[in-house]
Order: sequence, then C-alpha cells, then structure tokens
Amino acid sequence: MISRKIILTFPQALLDKPIVYKLIKDYNLIFNILQAKITPDEEGIMILEIKGASRDYNAGISYLKNLGIDIRPLDQKIIWNERKCTHCGLCVDICPTQALSFKRPQMKIEFDKRKCIACELCLRICPVKAIEIQQ
Amino acid sequence: MKTISEINKKIKQGKVVVVNAEEIIDIVEQKGSKKAAEEIDVVTTATFAPMCSSGAFLNLKQPKPKIKIQKVWLNDIELYAGLAAADLYLGASQLPEGDPLNKIYPGEFRYGGGHLIEDLVTGKEITLRATGYGTDCYPRRELNQKVKLKDFNDAILVNPRNCYQNYNAAVNLSSKTIYTYMGVLKPNLGNIAYCSAGQLSPLLNDPFCRTIGIGTRIFLAGGIGYVFGAGTQSNANVKRKKEVPVSPSLTLRVNGDLKQMNKKWLRGASFVGYGATLIVGIGIPIPILDEKMIKCTAIKDKDIYTQVVDYSRDYPYGEEKSLAEVHPVKSAKGGIRRGGLFNRVNYKQLKNDSVVIADKKVPAVSLSSYYKAKEIANILKNWIEEKKFFLTEAVEKI
Ligand code: SF4
Ligand code: SF4
Repeated sequence: MISRKIILTFPQALLDKPIVYKLIKDYNLIFNILQAKITPDEEGIMILEIKGASRDYNAGISYLKNLGIDIRPLDQKIIWNERKCTHCGLCVDICPTQALSFKRPQMKIEFDKRKCIACELCLRICPVKAIEIQQ
Repeated sequence: MKTISEINKKIKQGKVVVVNAEEIIDIVEQKGSKKAAEEIDVVTTATFAPMCSSGAFLNLKQPKPKIKIQKVWLNDIELYAGLAAADLYLGASQLPEGDPLNKIYPGEFRYGGGHLIEDLVTGKEITLRATGYGTDCYPRRELNQKVKLKDFNDAILVNPRNCYQNYNAAVNLSSKTIYTYMGVLKPNLGNIAYCSAGQLSPLLNDPFCRTIGIGTRIFLAGGIGYVFGAGTQSNANVKRKKEVPVSPSLTLRVNGDLKQMNKKWLRGASFVGYGATLIVGIGIPIPILDEKMIKCTAIKDKDIYTQVVDYSRDYPYGEEKSLAEVHPVKSAKGGIRRGGLFNRVNYKQLKNDSVVIADKKVPAVSLSSYYKAKEIANILKNWIEEKKFFLTEAVEKI
C-alpha cells in the first residue's frame, strides 16, 4: 500500500472525461481531491492524494500519462524561504491547511511541509515573496 | 528620578541596565514599579512593518559633462527631480513605468520604490536613465548608466510618516473580497487585519511622547537615525483607554543615513491589488526617568485596544469610524450600550489567532512582525550595553 500526493495538469480536451471515476473503478485506487481548478488558459489542475497497492498505483499513473496528463509529485513543491520571511503572518489566515502557522508566544512563522497541499494561495499574498515554487 | 545624562554616564561606565518592552512587563509585575524604576535605566521598543510614507533623497555624483536632471528613472521607477541638479527623491510606493497596475485585477505590484531602496542598500547594480534640457553650466542632456549606492554622494532615508502609535483593525463587511493596504480582506467579516507591534511598539510605550521628541536618536533600519518631528497626519487628539489611544494617533518623522542601513531592516513589499511599499525596522529607547515612565513601558497587549474599521465602505468613502460606535445595541437594562456587537479589540486577542466580533469568530491577520520587532529591540539593547548607542535629550516636544 502506498500513498502519494501528485499534481495533475491536463489539457482542455480531457476536462470532461471521467478520469477520476476510472481510477477508482479500473485501478482500485482510493484518493482525496486536495484541490481542483481550471486556469484562465483552460487547463485543468488537480492535486490528488492517491492510495492503493503499489501495482495498481503504477498502472493508474501509466493510464493517466497515456492520456496526455502531466504528472508531478507534490513533495517539496512549495518552498518557504526562512531568510526572506519577515514573520509578518499575512499568509497564516490564507493557508487552508495550517501548513504556515504562528508559533506562539514568539509569533514566529513555521512551515510544515507535510501539511502543504501546494494550493499556491500564499504565493501572491506574501509581501516579500518568501514563498516560492520549486522549479 | 533619573536624568538622561545620568543614564548616559551609566552607559559609559558599563553599568546601564536595559531590557526590552516585553521583558519589562514581568519585571514590573514581580518587583513593583517603584523598585523596577530604580533598577532599570532603559526600555527598548521597536516595530517592523510596512510604512508607505517612506522614501530616500539621493544625490548623484555628477558625470562629465554635468547634467541638470529634469527626469530620471532607476530601474524604470521615476524619481522626483524637481530640486537642484542632482538631488532626487525616491518614494517607497512609486511603481515602474509600464507596470500593469490593477489592469489585471488584482495586480501583483512585484517591484516598486521600496524594492528599489532594498536593492540600493543591498549594493545591487541599478539601471539609471536621466534627461536634462541642457544649460550653460549643465550641458549634458542625457545619461544612461549602471549605478550602485556608492555612486551617490549622499543617500538619506527621509520618512514623513512612520511608527503609528496605534492603527485600525480592518474588516470587510461587504460580500466581495477586497484588496487593500491592510492585506486581502475576506468578505462578510471573514478576517480582521491589524498592524502594530502592540506592547513593543515605540509610541505605545510613551503614549504622550514624554521622552520621544525632535532629536531623539533611534535605530533606523540597522543604522542610526533621528526623529525630526511629528509625522504627517500625527494626531494627539484621540479617544483613549487608560491613556492609550484606541485609533491611529501620533506618528513620527524620521531620517537617517541610508548607507549605514541594512537590507535586513528595509524590505520592499508587494500588496496584491494595492501596490508596493517598504517595510521599515525602527527601534526607540525609552529612558526610565521615574516610576511613571516605567509604568508606561510596562503596558501589555491586553490593555491596548484598537478600533475596528470597515474597509469595504467606511474607509474608502472617508467615513472611517469605529464600528463599535456605529453599531449601538440596546443593553439588557434598556439603555443604549455602544458597541455591543462590535467591541474594540485588544492586541492580546488579535495575536491569539482570532477575535469574536458580532458573535462571529473572526481570524486575525497581522502585517506587522512582532518577532522581528523583538529582534530589533534586542539589537538596540545590545548597542546600548556595548556603549555604541547613547540616548539623546529631545530638543523639542512633538
Ligand atoms: S501552498 Fe497552500 S497549503 Fe501550501 S503553504 Fe501555501 S497556502 Fe498553505
Ligand atoms: S506572508 Fe511571507 S513574510 Fe509574511 S509570514 Fe508569511 S511567508 Fe513570512
């Protein structure tokens, strides 16, 4: 049994295909949709946490890749640059998973990578651009 | 009773006792204000927050032949050149030519005057472009060159309004997300933004400016700076709770040599949908002249209240008022109890994650860094202990 968080980017042509449904039915995978959105240029982005037997997982990923879906692991995608951070706290309220939080009473910001779902909401909020996407 | 010159003597002798404005709270609680006032000589206060009313005067080393600069851009940001031939003023909120601004709303404002100031202090190379109309004494009409901070004879940070004594807590009562200088405010009272170092904040530790005045020497962005007057919009005539203002009140005008400053304490900042600005670090020592003074510095977050203001309508339309006063509700006894729903909030509540307003738990968002403010207060404390920083007597009240 493995559990992975991945980011899928798929072209417009696939937007209305029941991809997720196939993953459950044909590949026996359990998953959580952490985030799904359609960008202005009409690509779909979906962040999934997938669980299942290793063989099923690999088969499912091949299926997605064959459809032309770009797959990237979520791990370490978002970087919090402590040296740039001013510990202002503007990002804390916007972060949906408390990956960014205040350590009290010091009021020091902490970033818990494991909680981050790479929603990128903090990116444009941070006034000093201390949060970056790893390329 | 102590005088500032007595305190300076102690600094010279290495006998001075300095604590920061957070440490003083427990000390006064444990020892009592009388004893603490005898033992403690200086309390250091600080703030590290966006301060839009900031900027720098730059004096460019003249090229050969010389130029009377009429228009000038550094990294495409226009500076004000309407002074003598080579004196320029760079405003922290100035945006570069061609910036998309809010055309694609909300705009990003990735680079502005504040970032340029940070780049200068960092020693980065900047692209300068200037034009002049040519005179007999200043014949050059054009200048294009790369410059660094060292290519300016003088660079002075001159901030007309910094260090607000207290500030509004901002909310959004409309049904749309709004993008403000107080950050992103979520609809329907979805969050509350505040900007003050609270118990560490300089002017909250000296609420009537008994010691802070014209000529006060301060920590300004890692260098030495001076208060040179009350800031613009400074207002002492405000409502107070236990002597402490409950709305934006006094401000300071400060300046200092930019060449001494440190990029760590001058940071360009971008506020989505609003603009660019500069985050400034300021530290101010408060001499403990007597028991009354130490009581002021022992102020706690829980005793500092601020008004809650709606930024969706009241603020933008110039009807800025405390929501506590515009939403009066009937008290149980039948009379009108003002602010029943919208209480003023204090900084202890705000720092604790959320406040309850109008029966709703509202997450609090800060813009001012308490953590970094404390770092500044401690640096200033070290400077004083290491005899690098002496206190000054204000030459005039503000
Ligand atoms: S990317 Fe999203 S989840 Fe990750 S830290 Fe930023 S706001 Fe939080
Ligand atoms: S918004 Fe940026 S600078 Fe402020 S605490 Fe978050 S990461 Fe740090």
